[in-house]
Amino acid sequence: MFFTSLKRAIKSGWHGFFRDGGMITANVFVLLMAISVFTSLFLFQNISNFIVDSIEDKVDISVYFEYEVLEDEILDIKKEISGIPEVKSVNYVSKDNALENFVERHSEDETLMQSLEEVGVNPFLASLNIKAFEFGQYEGISSFLEGSIFQTKIEKVDYYEREPVIERVFSLTSTFSRIGIIFSIIMALVAILVVFNTIRLAIYNFRDEIRIQRLVGASNWFIRGPFLVQGVIAGLFAGLIGLALFGSLTWLFNSTVNGIFPGLEVFSIFISNLWIIIALQLGIGALLGTISSLLAVRSHLNV
Amino acid sequence: MIKFENISKIYPAGLTALDNVSFEVGAKEFISLVGKSGAGKSTLLKLLLIEEKPTQGDIFFNDQNLGKLSKEEIPNLRRKIGSVFQDYKLIPTKTTYENIAYILEVIGASDAEISRDVAEVLDIVGLSSRAHNFPAELSGGEKQRVAIARALIHRPEIILADEPTGNLDPYHTLEIIRLLLKINELGTTVILATHNKDVINSLGKRVITMQAGKIIRDEAVGRFVL
Repeated sequence: MFFTSLKRAIKSGWHGFFRDGGMITANVFVLLMAISVFTSLFLFQNISNFIVDSIEDKVDISVYFEYEVLEDEILDIKKEISGIPEVKSVNYVSKDNALENFVERHSEDETLMQSLEEVGVNPFLASLNIKAFEFGQYEGISSFLEGSIFQTKIEKVDYYEREPVIERVFSLTSTFSRIGIIFSIIMALVAILVVFNTIRLAIYNFRDEIRIQRLVGASNWFIRGPFLVQGVIAGLFAGLIGLALFGSLTWLFNSTVNGIFPGLEVFSIFISNLWIIIALQLGIGALLGTISSLLAVRSHLNV
Repeated sequence: MIKFENISKIYPAGLTALDNVSFEVGAKEFISLVGKSGAGKSTLLKLLLIEEKPTQGDIFFNDQNLGKLSKEEIPNLRRKIGSVFQDYKLIPTKTTYENIAYILEVIGASDAEISRDVAEVLDIVGLSSRAHNFPAELSGGEKQRVAIARALIHRPEIILADEPTGNLDPYHTLEIIRLLLKINELGTTVILATHNKDVINSLGKRVITMQAGKIIRDEAVGRFVL
């Protein structure tokens, strides 16, 4: 009996889905909008993580050594600093490397190049660029360096010079992600409400039909069944369209986005998260369609 | 089989549709309810179908007090009743065939039973050629015949027919009344609410006459007198 009823609910829901073109198109469209909101939020979360990570990656502190400190001594100090748990990486920049970098960066600035020639020697100091795992660890590393035994060999630690800029960047990124979360919650709620109200209106048009079904002896589940099936089908359709839409959009705009944020491959993000996105789109589509149908039918069953 | 005991129905606006009505209907009986519009005929049928609840009194169906049925038990009661509504109440998104088959699906009939019985009943009401038309594509008379087919297909214990011939020509009216009489002969109780004087006078069955929510006449072999 259960399987017969299930089979009939699926058949009836399937027929109803294709017979009532206009209303179903509206439901699929509104579900697609909701799915697009959720998928966009998911992709933006990934994209913003990438941007925040790349900003964080650019932050480091540089320790400049006195001119006469030898390379071997600096490399010893590098080994010691690498042993600090908070330190993610230490990169040694010799005097020659620093000069090369400077020349490379300012080769077109004649005044600077001329001044460099007049000095006659390499004026740059060797340095260690230190990256921490987290932003909050930089101050600790900086204090450690200043209180260490090799403090006398250090010309300067540039953390304090960059600190205001670093702090500003990080307060901006954390504000950005906080606003993102609030915006996501609001958008998700709006999307859910729009879906629910559209489906409620669609089912409102069936209130007489539901009343008739009740009067001829159909049980509540027998009446709900086809509506639930239609909700699931609409959700799955919307999910599939959403998948094709986001696949195409990320593929199309991949190179444009990559031009703005080098290294950011939106299509790769889409592909590497494909299973999550499929689950997200089909799951949210079917779930929203089903729950909305269930709630909307409920109010017409009191006959 | 059915017992109305001191039934009153007063709508919130203060309109009294039924005023202390009591009567019994035996199994296999054919009863006609007559009365002017607003006399309370349709309200009586609605109470029996639990489409509405009485303000006062009790209704019994096979000794079961309808006022004490839970929400889950109501569909079971309705499956024992075949209803022909004044406004047909066909499901607009289903074809003629599907409208009739729906009742059999509700009671859990097999697919083979459904295709056999629906074809048979469509033939009886003369609508085999309209099996795949939607209600909007049918005339008033055709809709009424679909409604009758739907009411009798699952062989209910009782058929409630509220103005079943209201939209039919004399030829189809006669056909439908013959059909109801035949169903009654086969053992189904029939309660017919109608304005049709000729129909009532030709039946030679019990007639309950109503006026302003009260029963003013109940005759074993009655005539249409208002």
